[in-house]
Amino acid sequence: MKKLVTLGLTYAIIQILIMTNIISDYLQATLVTVCINIILAVSLNLITGFTGQFSLGHAGFMSIGAYVCAFITLRTPTIYGFLIGVFSGAIAAALIGFLVGLPTLRLRGDYLAIATLGMSEIIRIIFLNLEITNGAAGLNGIPQFVNWTWMFVFVVATVLGISNFIKSAHGRACISIREDEIAADAMGINTIKYKVTAFVIGAFCAGIAGALYASYFYFIKPDLFGFLKSVDILVIVVLGGLGSISGSILAAILLALISTYLQSFPEIRMVLYAAALIAIMIFRPQGLMGSKELSLEVLGKLGNSLKSKRGRV
Amino acid sequence: MTILDVKKITKSFGGLTAVAKASLKLEKGELVGLIGPNGAGKTTLFNLLTGIYTPDSGTISLFKDSEEIALQGLRPNKICRAGLARTFQNIRLFKDLTVLENVLIAMHKNVEYGFLQSFLHLPSYGRQEKELVDECIELLKIFNLEDKKDELAKNLPYGEQRHLEIARALATNPSLLLLDEPAAGMNPAETAELTQIIKGIREKFDLTILLIEHDMSLVMNICERIYVLDYGMVIASGTPEEIRSNKRVIEAYLGEEVNDA
Repeated sequence: MKKLVTLGLTYAIIQILIMTNIISDYLQATLVTVCINIILAVSLNLITGFTGQFSLGHAGFMSIGAYVCAFITLRTPTIYGFLIGVFSGAIAAALIGFLVGLPTLRLRGDYLAIATLGMSEIIRIIFLNLEITNGAAGLNGIPQFVNWTWMFVFVVATVLGISNFIKSAHGRACISIREDEIAADAMGINTIKYKVTAFVIGAFCAGIAGALYASYFYFIKPDLFGFLKSVDILVIVVLGGLGSISGSILAAILLALISTYLQSFPEIRMVLYAAALIAIMIFRPQGLMGSKELSLEVLGKLGNSLKSKRGRV
Repeated sequence: MTILDVKKITKSFGGLTAVAKASLKLEKGELVGLIGPNGAGKTTLFNLLTGIYTPDSGTISLFKDSEEIALQGLRPNKICRAGLARTFQNIRLFKDLTVLENVLIAMHKNVEYGFLQSFLHLPSYGRQEKELVDECIELLKIFNLEDKKDELAKNLPYGEQRHLEIARALATNPSLLLLDEPAAGMNPAETAELTQIIKGIREKFDLTILLIEHDMSLVMNICERIYVLDYGMVIASGTPEEIRSNKRVIEAYLGEEVNDA
């Protein structure tokens, strides 16, 4: 119940700020980027943080969602077209995730990372060379349907879906693979099935994120979904804490804040950004949240302990 | 009634034959020991039985309700589902998870709800989760671990980690339990407690148990039959008394007597 109230309030406050134009168009674009990064980071966290499979190919899945959604909305520029586009994009990404995951998830650690990296490069190069994707120039004039309301709905749905999944027996099976794959197998967990499942769910959500990206920024090209994009997402996940959903959300917001703030120093912006990352990693090597979750109860307890401390003083 | 029939299984790693044509047979309800010097191939044999390695040749059959299941070549999770559970020599708990979660994961085959229910947390999810947790707590009570259910597994003292491994193996509802050196690193008092626990769970869960152990007081005390492995071969089998006086076993452990000194 408390959760619903917080969610409702978050939505309403930002909606009012947008309507009264306190959040300008520029800030709104940042807000959308944050939301897309949250979906990407939380879904990659399911693969890397919870299931323990090191993947560097998340941008590849994102690009599939983006292109499929762009095709469909360019041909049927209606709200139904948009919704069909988002889901077809997600399903296409999940399908590719399944096909790629089945053979590559036999690999471990660094090998898997390189295989997934290769996969996302192949996807990028295919989009770069196809006629219908318009090559390096990319697709232009994609009708914009995404607004704050849609964004909010998709972020909440994916984050809640994944965190519910983690708290179920199926999620526990995924976590047991991260903890000890041999023991998990010996305890009756079908490790191949759950690794592929985590990969497919992650790819599905990345597809949604890509579709939302295409629909908001009405322009996509293959370069946007290169290796660096995958690394960006991984940075958010590691910074937030492997195995913490709230950590991923916090890190996505924090990095956007740092990046926006640093716009005032354009010459040394990237230097400062990197310095900030290094500083966070030195002082919190386990990530902002470690593998803990931030919840309303924890916040409540924190508030109470602060109050009692003040009372004593 | 036979529950496990292993016929002439062999496994080599390069030029080393770790298990050579080993055969053994377990009757239902038996408590059997597997002993042998270091490097005799005991753990390799366990790994073959549980599917971590596939045998080069030979067959492994598990009998369940007089139905024969061929285990060789099956994946470990299938073998676990067929009713064969194990513990590990070097403890392999899910260290960063709680005691309760460790046991819950092993209950996985009892989970009936699907992916959709887990995404949406539908009522059937809540109902089943509660049932599973209750079952796990019942199991933890046997090992006096129910008060520690929210502790991380890695924070338990060593002896309790060993107990938790057995509890986790039992959660998979096995008919045959393989224990790999359950008393390793325990003091005599702890070993005595473990002996009671092994006897207790065997009665309670109607188990057949095969255990590897170096602690002869435990082996001779509770095992009804013993197999002795050396250089990957079964060199002797029989009751504890027979094994104690078997010449080949003594040779394997102490070395041959040198006559022409």
